[in-house]
Amino acid sequence: MSILVFAENWDGKFKKQTFELISYAHALSKSMNTTVSAISIGKVDDEELNKLGTYGASKVLNVTDCRLYTLDNKTFTMAIAQAAAKENSKIIVFAQNNTGKAIAPRVSIRLKAGLASGVIGLPTSYEPFTIVKKTYTSKALANVIVKSDVKIITLSQNAYGIVENPTTANIEHFSPEIADTDIKTTVIEVNKITGKILLNDAEIVVSGGRGMKGPENWGGIEELAQILGAATACSRPVSDEGWRTHEEHTGQTGKIIAPNLYFAFGISGAIQHLGGISSSKCIVAVNKDPDAPIFEAADYGIVGDALKVIPELIAAIKELKAN
Amino acid sequence: MNFEYSEEQKMIQQAAKDFAERELLHDVIERDEKAIFPTEGIKKLVELGFLGMMTDPKWGGGGMDTISYVLAMEEISKVDSSVAVVMSVCNSLVIWGLETYGNDAQKEKYLRPLATGQKIGAFLLSEPEAGSDATSQRTTAEDKGDHYLINGTKNWITNANSASTYIVIAQTYPDKKHKGINAIIVDKNTPGITLGPHEKKMGMRSSDTHSVMFNDVKVPKENRIGEDGFGFTFAMKTLDGGRIGIASQALGIASGAFERAVKYSKERKAFGTEISNHQAIAFKLADMAVKIENGRNLCLKAAWLKDQHLPYGLASAMAKQYCADMAMEVTTEAVQVHGGYGYVAEYHVERLMREAKLTQIYEGTSEVQKIVISRTILKD
Amino acid sequence: MKILVCISNVPDTTTKIKFLNNNTTFDSAGVQWIINPWDELALTRAIELKEAHAGAVSEITVVNVGLPTTEPTIRKALAIGADKAIRVNLDPKDAYTVALQLSEIIKKDSFDIILCGIESSDYNGTSVGGMLSELLDFPSVSAVSFIDIEGDQLKLKREIDGGQEIIGISTPFIGIVQKGIAKDARIPNMRGIMMAKTKPLQVVEPVSADLYTDFVSFDYPKAKASCKKVDPDNVKELVNLLHNEAKVI
Repeated sequence: MSILVFAENWDGKFKKQTFELISYAHALSKSMNTTVSAISIGKVDDEELNKLGTYGASKVLNVTDCRLYTLDNKTFTMAIAQAAAKENSKIIVFAQNNTGKAIAPRVSIRLKAGLASGVIGLPTSYEPFTIVKKTYTSKALANVIVKSDVKIITLSQNAYGIVENPTTANIEHFSPEIADTDIKTTVIEVNKITGKILLNDAEIVVSGGRGMKGPENWGGIEELAQILGAATACSRPVSDEGWRTHEEHTGQTGKIIAPNLYFAFGISGAIQHLGGISSSKCIVAVNKDPDAPIFEAADYGIVGDALKVIPELIAAIKELKAN
Repeated sequence: MNFEYSEEQKMIQQAAKDFAERELLHDVIERDEKAIFPTEGIKKLVELGFLGMMTDPKWGGGGMDTISYVLAMEEISKVDSSVAVVMSVCNSLVIWGLETYGNDAQKEKYLRPLATGQKIGAFLLSEPEAGSDATSQRTTAEDKGDHYLINGTKNWITNANSASTYIVIAQTYPDKKHKGINAIIVDKNTPGITLGPHEKKMGMRSSDTHSVMFNDVKVPKENRIGEDGFGFTFAMKTLDGGRIGIASQALGIASGAFERAVKYSKERKAFGTEISNHQAIAFKLADMAVKIENGRNLCLKAAWLKDQHLPYGLASAMAKQYCADMAMEVTTEAVQVHGGYGYVAEYHVERLMREAKLTQIYEGTSEVQKIVISRTILKD
Repeated sequence: MKILVCISNVPDTTTKIKFLNNNTTFDSAGVQWIINPWDELALTRAIELKEAHAGAVSEITVVNVGLPTTEPTIRKALAIGADKAIRVNLDPKDAYTVALQLSEIIKKDSFDIILCGIESSDYNGTSVGGMLSELLDFPSVSAVSFIDIEGDQLKLKREIDGGQEIIGISTPFIGIVQKGIAKDARIPNMRGIMMAKTKPLQVVEPVSADLYTDFVSFDYPKAKASCKKVDPDNVKELVNLLHNEAKVI
């Protein structure tokens, strides 16, 4: 028996979320008296693979099949299902991100396993296996019993945190049985923005809304993001107006994020926006309107003009960093 | 009796709401301030089929009932009455009259492009000295054998510039008084037609309103609607339906202002609590809600009578008079609920208040409606 | 080509979420129901494809797993432009049940493109499309933000972290779509609303299924502590709080 984690990498490096998944699986394994195995698919060097041990993985199945360098839902599913069979895994953990959403449901069918998606913590009971997941776009939580023998969990970002559990990871090469005819998708072109912090992976996100008045005023947001090592985001009206790209749109129908710190500048906080950011650990709101609903969700707030506050904030943070 | 809307009516209501919020709301303040015609909004209105929504599908219309029209007018007017008035004039005044009284040739040539929204229409009745009193028409349509020669000036014409098709009410036999009036379809680009400047209005500033001058405008006889001398009856019948449109518009202005007042009262705090918890505000909102409900019921009743092919002139006059006056009251109170914020453009209610005023004036003032109502109820 | 769009009936996104019976049942009183926003965008794109490739796309079907109360939502999909609809007469209890019912519908017919929204705004399962693909052994692509037909192939854009991939795929396949697939959901026009009445809506009885999961009860997220306000003239204080109190910078 074991717990299997799909350890996703990005350009050969594991994502922050991957370490969170291993930490989470390690906690599960302690309660269930078992161990954590991870499966990595793609080109990742040994030094990076060893990092999985730091968070509690005792075994890493390393799949380096070059046919799987880009995501193909079906063959990734086959690889993970075969790894689960080999490791006799009772629980398989994925991240609740685009990749997890693409593969976890397929794996659940292949293994006749119940799936709990968007889980926010460890099980509240092991018998029956009961777990809490987000529903109604974070406006409610559901207690879900997973009844099948094998269970699949996709964990919400920042739901558990990263915890070190130093373990020696035994790295093992793994070649899943995949025929060329199983691969039905062809990646023709990849357009990746490099050198920029990913919105979903960022610890800090600096976001602007209509109160920023226009795209010409985003300089402050970008500068603040740069000094904080943060990603930039925006509210829906801003992306609809074309002030910023749709990729930055956070909210119920855009990206759902959960950074440690979220700055909302000139965002009123429509219920749909809050649905996408309310899981952030700390929310700072700056808005002229003292009654803006964003203040209901915020931990810290300034009632004032975002355009005036941002430069002062930049100066104050620079001062802090200098000391 | 059944107060439940049909599935279709609900869908139309939602479509109108989505349209207004998505296509009109974002620039309504700017268009009002700068008096810019809602070209893009009207284009979308046409695509969605709102301009000929009640016309028989055989002429390219939507074939919807008048109840649906009331619901759609209300939703659009909540956001932008300058767009709603285009819809009202096209549906109620121009298209309805053509569909009801025009002949097949006129329908093919003029109704079809109007019902499909390829063309916009305008209804030319008001004159410098004949507003709500339609009998004293000074514009003449002289019978020249195979054509009419139109001379005179029409005032306060909604869609005057954007329309391609005019329905002109003019006097052919001055000695016969109102029995000598004709309704004539006129292409706007006919030689001899000139427009006055864009009127600088108090509200509905983005709808295009001009006076229209006719100087020896030649129109073929075949463009007359109905029998010779039918024009006055035509105008009166058309206005009966038009009142339902404007009543629904006034209703929408009121309910739009009311919704904003409710939302604001639940957000704004004073003396340590949301202002909706203060009875002074809560009672205002209660009064507004009752008035709006009354107005809506009057509109729906008139629409229902029309859909049942029962007489609806009295009901539509009641709806128009009540809703217009009610909209003025409700929007004034909505501004009051907003306090200082209500007096600035950003919060919309001051604009809605300016828009409400026009509904008491055009397509028959509230006073004229009372003439219609009193004459009907006092008739033996 | 025939396109199938799977639609789910969900509470309007502005709905205040409440539960009844000891937090075991969703309180649907006064709730306005809509087509799940992602599914509605998928349908909009399907209609755009049919309009752009009149010869290539012959028919758009929508399918919903739900009780008769979901029919207004299905009619709206028909008013927007779907040609016909199927309703599987079952109150869906989890993603697997929905996927299983959908797979039965697809097995009985032949669809070339099957589109599902990436998630539904009620259960946020993000699972139906993926499960359906595996049940049918169809290829699937998730997080699709663009789709177009190029000859007998399809060209997709898949959102990945920090960018996109352009993907080629043959039919049949399942596209699990996200925001961006169409700009805005369509508003039905008068003609569409009128025609929706007469378009076929077939009701199919469900196949029996074992549930793997059981939604036993619901909770409300913990209310946040109230917001600490900082004077706009004292931005330094905010930085101080973030550094020393919240320890986030």
